[in-house]
Amino acid sequence: MKQRKKMNQNTFLLLITIVLFFLMYGIGCALFKDAGFAKTQNFLNLFVSNAGLIVIASGMTVVMITGGIDISVGSFVALACMMLAWMMERKGIDAVPAVLIVLATGIAFGFVQGFLVAYMDIQPFIVTLAGMFFGRGMTAIISKDMISITNETFMAWAKAKIYLPFGGYVNKKGVLIQPYIYPTVVIALLLVLAVFIMLKYTKFGRSLYATGGNEQSAMMLGLNVRKVKLKAYVLNGFLCGVGGILFCLNTLGGFVEQAKGFEMDAIASSVIGGTLLTGGVGNVFGTLFGVLIKATIEAFITFQGTLSSWWTRITIAALLCFFIVLQSILAMIKKGGKQD
Amino acid sequence: MEQGSVLEMRHIYKTFPGVKALQNVDFTLKKGEIHALMGENGAGKSTLIKVLTGVEEFETGEIHVDGTEGAVINRSPQEAQNRGISTVYQEINLCPNLTVAENLFIGREPRKAGLIDWKEMNRRASELLKGLDIHADVTKTIDNYSIAIQQMIAIARAVDMSAKVLILDEPTSSLDDGEVEKLFSLMRRLKKEGVGIIFVTHFLEQVYEVCDRITVLRNGQLVGQFTTAELPRVQLVAKMMGKDFDDLAAIKTEEGQIGKEAEDIVIKAVGLGKKGYVKPFDLVIRKGEVVGFTGLLGSGRSETVRLLYGAERSDEGELFVKGQKHSARNPLSSMNCGMAYLPEDRKNEGIIADLSVRENLILALQAKRGVFRLLSRKQQEEFTDKYIEMLQIKTASRETPIKSLSGGNQQKVIIGRWLLTNPDFLILDEPTRGIDVGTKTEIQKLVVELASQGMAVVFISSEIEEMLRTCDRMVVMRDSAKVGELSGEEMNQASIMSTIAGGQ
Repeated sequence: MKQRKKMNQNTFLLLITIVLFFLMYGIGCALFKDAGFAKTQNFLNLFVSNAGLIVIASGMTVVMITGGIDISVGSFVALACMMLAWMMERKGIDAVPAVLIVLATGIAFGFVQGFLVAYMDIQPFIVTLAGMFFGRGMTAIISKDMISITNETFMAWAKAKIYLPFGGYVNKKGVLIQPYIYPTVVIALLLVLAVFIMLKYTKFGRSLYATGGNEQSAMMLGLNVRKVKLKAYVLNGFLCGVGGILFCLNTLGGFVEQAKGFEMDAIASSVIGGTLLTGGVGNVFGTLFGVLIKATIEAFITFQGTLSSWWTRITIAALLCFFIVLQSILAMIKKGGKQD
Repeated sequence: MEQGSVLEMRHIYKTFPGVKALQNVDFTLKKGEIHALMGENGAGKSTLIKVLTGVEEFETGEIHVDGTEGAVINRSPQEAQNRGISTVYQEINLCPNLTVAENLFIGREPRKAGLIDWKEMNRRASELLKGLDIHADVTKTIDNYSIAIQQMIAIARAVDMSAKVLILDEPTSSLDDGEVEKLFSLMRRLKKEGVGIIFVTHFLEQVYEVCDRITVLRNGQLVGQFTTAELPRVQLVAKMMGKDFDDLAAIKTEEGQIGKEAEDIVIKAVGLGKKGYVKPFDLVIRKGEVVGFTGLLGSGRSETVRLLYGAERSDEGELFVKGQKHSARNPLSSMNCGMAYLPEDRKNEGIIADLSVRENLILALQAKRGVFRLLSRKQQEEFTDKYIEMLQIKTASRETPIKSLSGGNQQKVIIGRWLLTNPDFLILDEPTRGIDVGTKTEIQKLVVELASQGMAVVFISSEIEEMLRTCDRMVVMRDSAKVGELSGEEMNQASIMSTIAGGQ
């Protein structure tokens, strides 16, 4: 029997994503050195401004590993923000119960969608398309106007800076500027880690991969595929709840048009991070880097100053093509090289 | 339960709407034996397996499993597995994206502090495979391995879950000889360890190679349980086909009345074959000849004609069409060489249900001409009317959707479709299956008539009588290989059966 030592193709994809991120960031540092691209704070801002997306894309990855998809997440984020703003500003509900209600709504939203997908055998695209319309519609029903959040507790969370003990510099006035992050980033990164451990080291995590790899087989191997799928959507719903809250901590308001196209950002980040739309393959760290790549492109455009912000989308489009083609090529190579 | 039995099924009845799938079937499996379950299509083999493993419910009867008091009823494959009955299906049920170790242990992973202990899992997986002499790197994903290895890994999983009864449902149909040998040695090893194995297969040779006993089913009824050594092959074939050997020997066929223009060779195959699909064969088909392909289900009849037509690419040998080498092998190029192929699976490969009779009829001709030489509506209608008349297709009008026609008439439309392309060589794979007797005879007559007009025809049918009536020559297939050609005097049921059975 011939043994070929070669890297697992999925590890290879992940590696490419990570290398690409650092390469792009490196180029940014070289181009916009004077403007401060290389500053630690700028790097941290990639996380700060995308904490919500990181969590939501993680949830998306979980769903995509089972072979599903959720295009309702953008609408749900808008709904979550609107609910928070409305409850705290119009109804005088405290921040803590408001947040808990949003989380519960997320879980319920995920449960209903998951039930329809798993037990009614409806296409995830259709189910979550309905979810998407529903979420956006409900947002407008709550309020068509923009509601800004002024709740003190919520504002305190949003403004709580966590200073890092390194990477500081002294500015022109001789004041030491310490780089900082917000609690949102800590929550986002902890959740990524938790999802990673769940995917790799729990029975549920492996069942997700088995289901996405071959549903029929997973069933024959004795897994309760319906339950696994339902749980995946519930988990995704919970992560959407958290993601929506983190997003709201960043924007501090509710508005119908918020987070439009957010679902596509989440899907794009997952795919760039090595998740296959066909299911069975995905890594949440890859997804994190997928988000960071998108964030880096945005930073590029901000620093450049004259380019239209739509270039972000165009670049993402090019990257998506690149990764999808790469995945196909790897799959073809693999198919050709079977061994006995 | 009897001493030494690991499984007993008694008086099993199962009905599907309109079909008595199992009637009073008994089945006993001993500890440490390999037991073949045989029968032609629709005999009830898979229903029996499904009833046993809880995929289907049965109406009456009892199942006893060693180690369990009283009769058991399995409601799901899971429950069956918990009672020690594991199945490895023909299509492998493993997850391609997971590693070998995970596929072996999923659902029962070793854990440490609540989390999966990958090291331990990989170690135990390697040990398990080593113990069964299977060579595979357990940390690699399963899609790195051939079907044969995957199958053995599936068996390893079943065995490790303490299987007392192991069901192998056509495990060898996509394996080559070497792989089959490996599988057999694994089976023999398990047998020694006391596992009872139910082996479902169509391959006679394999049955005689590894099996201790044989149970034959036909039309949902038990034909009998036999010891392999005491049942000659010819008898086995006769039992499967439902004819007593002696009866058949008495029947003689009349000499065919179709003239043979021996000089015109239409198809000549030299060493044509495809690894793991059909073993290399030589074949000559002449103008005006009807050649039948016979053999048990799964013997490679359909595979052979698919190879001739290019629906499946051969990887060795050569094919000559009307003396010219035919190398670019795909259906369209074959069509352009004057071949036409009517596939076995009418529903999936033949008709397009929602299109009208006319649209279905002109399909092949239009494909042959290409998109840029459209047939005019008037031409289409003329052709359609002509063939409806000629083939006596019973349809309300030429615009009726084909799905509302009866099976026999659908078949006629498809035959018409190919006749329209004016082929020199027509392949009909099971054209008479599932259609009424009257239409069957019409189709047989049509085949004979076409041949007398100079067309070369390959005719495949499961019914030997029908083949004897229509064919000038019969090619006999067994275990994916051509094992004989019969014509003239030697073409009778007895000799066909003994050729199919082979050996003794």
